[in-house]
Amino acid sequence: MFVPLLVLRNAFRHKLRTTLTVVGIIVAITAFGLLRTIVDAWYAGANASSAARLVTRSSVSLVFLLPLNYAPKIRQVPGVESVAWANWFGGVYIDERNFFAQFAISPSYLDLYPEFVLKDAERKAFLADRVGALAGRKLADKYGWKIGDQIPLRGTIYPGTWTFTLRGIYDGAEEGTDTSTFFFHFDYLNEAIKRQFPRRADQAGVFIEQLRNPEDAAAVSAAIDATFRNSLAETLTETEKAFQLGFVAMSEAILLAIQAVSYVVIVIIMAVMANTMAMTARERYGEYATFKALGFGNGFVAMLIFAESLGIALFGGLLGVAFTFPMAELFASTVGSILSGFRISEETIVMQLVAALVIGVVAAAVPAWNAARVRIVDGLRAIG
Amino acid sequence: MAVPFGYIARNLVARRLTTVLTAGGMALVVYVFATVLMLAAGLEQTLVATGQDDNVVVIRRSSQTEVQSGIPRLQAGIVESLPQIAVGEDGRPLVSKEPVVLINLPKRATGKPANVVIRGVTSAGLALRPQVKLVEGRMFQPGTAEVIAGRSIADGFQGAGLGETLRFASRDWTVVGVFDAGHTGFDSEIWGDAEQMLQAFRRTGFSSMLFRLNDPDDFDAVKAAIESDPRLQLEAKREKRFYAEQSEALSKFISYLGTGISIIFSIGAVIGAAITMYASVASRTAEIGTLRALGFSRGAILSAFLGEALLLGLLGGVVGLIGASMMQALSISTTNFQTFAEIAFSFALTPKIVIVSLIFALAMGFVGGFLPAARAARMKIVDALRAA
Repeated sequence: MFVPLLVLRNAFRHKLRTTLTVVGIIVAITAFGLLRTIVDAWYAGANASSAARLVTRSSVSLVFLLPLNYAPKIRQVPGVESVAWANWFGGVYIDERNFFAQFAISPSYLDLYPEFVLKDAERKAFLADRVGALAGRKLADKYGWKIGDQIPLRGTIYPGTWTFTLRGIYDGAEEGTDTSTFFFHFDYLNEAIKRQFPRRADQAGVFIEQLRNPEDAAAVSAAIDATFRNSLAETLTETEKAFQLGFVAMSEAILLAIQAVSYVVIVIIMAVMANTMAMTARERYGEYATFKALGFGNGFVAMLIFAESLGIALFGGLLGVAFTFPMAELFASTVGSILSGFRISEETIVMQLVAALVIGVVAAAVPAWNAARVRIVDGLRAIG
Repeated sequence: MAVPFGYIARNLVARRLTTVLTAGGMALVVYVFATVLMLAAGLEQTLVATGQDDNVVVIRRSSQTEVQSGIPRLQAGIVESLPQIAVGEDGRPLVSKEPVVLINLPKRATGKPANVVIRGVTSAGLALRPQVKLVEGRMFQPGTAEVIAGRSIADGFQGAGLGETLRFASRDWTVVGVFDAGHTGFDSEIWGDAEQMLQAFRRTGFSSMLFRLNDPDDFDAVKAAIESDPRLQLEAKREKRFYAEQSEALSKFISYLGTGISIIFSIGAVIGAAITMYASVASRTAEIGTLRALGFSRGAILSAFLGEALLLGLLGGVVGLIGASMMQALSISTTNFQTFAEIAFSFALTPKIVIVSLIFALAMGFVGGFLPAARAARMKIVDALRAA
């Protein structure tokens, strides 16, 4: 009972200094967790993707569309269970800042994505209404949409103002499912284009295939691409995960920078904490010498410093983890729906606590070493 | 009477380890703060420099980028005949009608694909962009499957170097030249013959038009003429503004993220400075008592300790800036969310960033040093002298 009490008393001998250090650690651990969560959010799309789905797009780039008559040909490829297609719409809702993903989808699309949970009545209403649309829960909550609302989007790729009627709001089956996407009927888009720009009609941005057997992914993608080799629109088929990771890779430079920064913040706070422990130990050389004179070993003195440092670091670390949740909430609400799937993972929490532990150990290392080696005579003579 | 500056400075030297740790923490904060500002400045400089004052870009109304835009030949012809357009040396109007598309190319370093802009240009397109200069190889021959690549693309992407071939649009294209566009957005593009590109990509219309004005002040007249013509669904923008708008989202993202991170970091650094200064005050209690007994006023003590903290901040700031200035040698290549295309830019250290970073460093020192300095100034002479 004596030792923990001693450590606790020691830790709070300089209340102000300890408080400042704890605040510093809280800030660092919170920032570390927040930055990691931001990076995770980038990968959310890839992590939520299914292994049983393939995505086929133009081999040149996503800007080029594929003829709609590829759909039946793809369906004939052995191993393909069903096919859906979608077009990126890229419309603007009121202002350019209100960015969210919008897709014109084929009726079969919803069957391929069982993770979008929709009430039967709403699904029927959507399928029955040509100008109907679906929005994810997060998106609908953000703009306060209710079923039946009229939603106007200004087209950037397809000119004009397009107005949709919200027919359903879907939820995610899992926690990681993105519910910030807006869907409407491909047929509605296609028919309007047919009237305005006949040359651009009957084209799909991507085809999504459901595999009968996820292990066949490589063979089926090769078979699909072989079907269209040397045609005017060659295809590139990859798993949904690889497709999503392709987007992540484009922002890799920024992601690496954020990751680097999240470690730098830990290093900074390590310097602050090491400074604190160094000062603390320096002031107490006399006491440590007294302990040794009383017969306590070198290890005991080192342990005292380690215990104090770890105690402060872990206390700050735990508070930091606790603060990460409201901060992430705040960040998500300011940044809006650009980063979907903003969620603090268990791994992040573990990393935060490990970081706190490392801060505590590193900060105590040099002072503990010095204190353990201090000679009783020198220590007793030392003045704080 | 003020405490001599030499005394203040020597205090920092006397407590070397603590000074290094604290100033090092601040230096890291200033380094991050400055680099992020430099990155945002670099991006803006790159895209603003891409535009020329008297050039006008025309794209389809409400399309935000050239890739999204489309201009039918008929409409292009109408715009081309506007009287305000300058005439080149060959007697033809200085108008470039360009197809612009994106293709996926794998990066040399990682093998991961990114989107690269392919632009079809004509001789007028080259005349309109005097900043673009061939540095290696030769110009592409009009009517052939030859292209020239911007410096960053030639260095950064597989198959885009001089003499290599790229395969897109069911054809092999030979890279016959590398051009340097003087750190503008064009450095991240591949150029070929406009008519060849149209055929290869099976386009009937152009993506955008670029023309020079006879007189830069004619812009409003041209804009009105284009946007009020019922036959045209187009909009005109000054080239400078057009490219500046394209960097807005990315540079805002970088500076928001950077400022947020810097604020969080600075809290850590301020706490570090405060702890150091408190310890400095505590260990020198007797010294402070002596100074007061010698006749130095409370104000002098306060400013001495504040001066020490500011010096600490300045030291951190200068070291951080030196580190940040080394980043100028690097350049970053990433995808611009707005255009969905790769853009290369470097860190740009502007005088404004130097000043802002130093003020930031001094502010950290001031905030961290104020309370400890106040404590030192409040001490009673008798108590302080007895403390030792």
